[in-house]
Amino acid sequence: MNEMAGSGITDLKQRYRPGVLKYRQMGYWDPDYEPKDTDILAVFRITPQDGVEPEEAAAAVAGESSTATWTVVWTDRLTDCEYYRARAYRLDPVPGTPGQWFAYIAYDLDLFEEGSIANLTASIIGNVFGFKPLKALRLEDMRIPAHYLKTFQGPATGIVVERERMNVYGRPLLGATMKPKLGLSGRNYGRVVYEALKGGLDFTKDDENINSQPFMHWRDRYLYCMEAVNKAMAETGEMKGTYLNVTAATMEDMYERAEFARDLGSVIVMIDLVIGYTAIQSMAKWARRNDMILHLHRAGHSTYTRQKNHGISFRVIAKWMRMAGVDHLHAGTVVGKLEGDPNVVRGYYDTCREIHVPRNLEHGIFFDQPWASLKKLMPVASGGIHAGQMHQLLNYLGEDVVLQFGGGTIGHPMGIAAGATANRVALETMVKARNEGRDIWREGPAILAQAARWCQPLRAALDTWRDVTFDYASTDSVDYVPTPTLAV
Amino acid sequence: MRLTQGQFSFLPDLGDAEIKAQIDYALAQGWAIGIEFTDDPHPRNTYWTMWGTPMFDVKDPAGIMMEVTACRDAHADKYVKLLAFDATKGFETIRMSFIVNRPRDEPGFELLRSEGVGRRIGYALRSYATARPPAARYAARAGS
Repeated sequence: MNEMAGSGITDLKQRYRPGVLKYRQMGYWDPDYEPKDTDILAVFRITPQDGVEPEEAAAAVAGESSTATWTVVWTDRLTDCEYYRARAYRLDPVPGTPGQWFAYIAYDLDLFEEGSIANLTASIIGNVFGFKPLKALRLEDMRIPAHYLKTFQGPATGIVVERERMNVYGRPLLGATMKPKLGLSGRNYGRVVYEALKGGLDFTKDDENINSQPFMHWRDRYLYCMEAVNKAMAETGEMKGTYLNVTAATMEDMYERAEFARDLGSVIVMIDLVIGYTAIQSMAKWARRNDMILHLHRAGHSTYTRQKNHGISFRVIAKWMRMAGVDHLHAGTVVGKLEGDPNVVRGYYDTCREIHVPRNLEHGIFFDQPWASLKKLMPVASGGIHAGQMHQLLNYLGEDVVLQFGGGTIGHPMGIAAGATANRVALETMVKARNEGRDIWREGPAILAQAARWCQPLRAALDTWRDVTFDYASTDSVDYVPTPTLAV
Repeated sequence: MRLTQGQFSFLPDLGDAEIKAQIDYALAQGWAIGIEFTDDPHPRNTYWTMWGTPMFDVKDPAGIMMEVTACRDAHADKYVKLLAFDATKGFETIRMSFIVNRPRDEPGFELLRSEGVGRRIGYALRSYATARPPAARYAARAGS
């Protein structure tokens, strides 16, 4: 076998002699390639096995995620195979991390079926993650060209229309996940929904694993929840909603549940990430047809998003979910109990809700990403947050977000409605102060303490949770230096 | 009941200085302010009556406060809200909304339930404030 160091072998007779070639000899490493505007781009973090050159590892990733197999096949010559081959075109060492590289790969648009996350992912993350010459592989980011984005529906409702339907402007929306997650009867469950909505929340939420268990079947839950929603609306004069989880074993079951929720007048249904990309796209189309907001809980994602060296960055999942068409996506809190470096979370939020996301390595964004007027997706902050953090939440997460206080509402010492009121008062106080030009980052605790003088529920919330923080080192930060060593 | 629509309904009613601070903020963002009023605060009553069109060309907060005051004086016993409209691409929607006047008595809503098949219930909200036909409501106010 020819051990030449360059990229492809140009003599076609040599190139297609039966046997095994290095991937870069087959043409999958092409440092001179200029990506086209229509190309789908991916950047992978690769950790080659000892002795495997990074160029060869990058070429292997390009090959295995596009046209290649482990050996030369003559049937390539029946096709315009140069055209279909993905190309690794750039390789940067990961700053401060010996043995890892960022490999940039370009894929022609024709490698993918229009409007199909399943097809896109079958290539990009299909076989390649188990490839033996790599110790580990992580998909860090993708650039989806507008040409391909336009073949997707995008969010069924989007932030703007969701706000117009809910009649809520100028502040984050407030929600809470019902607790305990499991075991409540339908009647008792509806009580929690009612109290939380009456107290001042916009939304309540089923948890990811509430489907239709022996203690509470789904129809029972929906009926009691809608009584709670309507009663709370009558008592406050505000629009209210509860995310009815329609996750189930089959699409037929999910459609049946979603239709029942619709018929009962719910404004929103929810699904879990574990149902799979195709099911998510089906539900997004259903939601668009039925004027329904579609909430997605990212159940399961941490199995592959959290470790820096292997898996998929959540910013890629967020991108796929905006294309797939959900309206809500859990995207981190920074300050709560779940993983979330501030810069990384900022990258997720931008991906969800900006109309153009510029390259920003500090936030983990490797490419300019235009969104081609796909609607904006509402990020959801959930997990271990409480009223005392309101200034931090507003500062980190901004206004277009659903802040979900589960324990921080239901665990309130004066009851659920008081917990909801504490959160709402804290939120309105903080938005008002920000608009008045006050420096909420520094003055936040004082602003809350002042409101707590006239609002007893807020006082009790602050007293209960004042010292609760989740201050652990992040496992998924960006590896970035202001001037990358090999930047082109 | 206290109607809690809008950004600041859980706070004590905003005084004029506080309203003006919010107007300053909206104008600084480049948003246009509109004023709307109604006696029917049903949560799905999207279209309150406009107190003129949004003030696209008024950049002076004092001028906007004059309109707020004029609308409140003319409709003292109705709900009045202030809205900020953002024409920026990607938004092109309302960015702020808060109540600046409430009726003395807020009668609230009746929750109507109609039993259907199975255990299904059809729900409807009815504003007590709109129980009488519009002509009668407005005639009574005009005379008072």
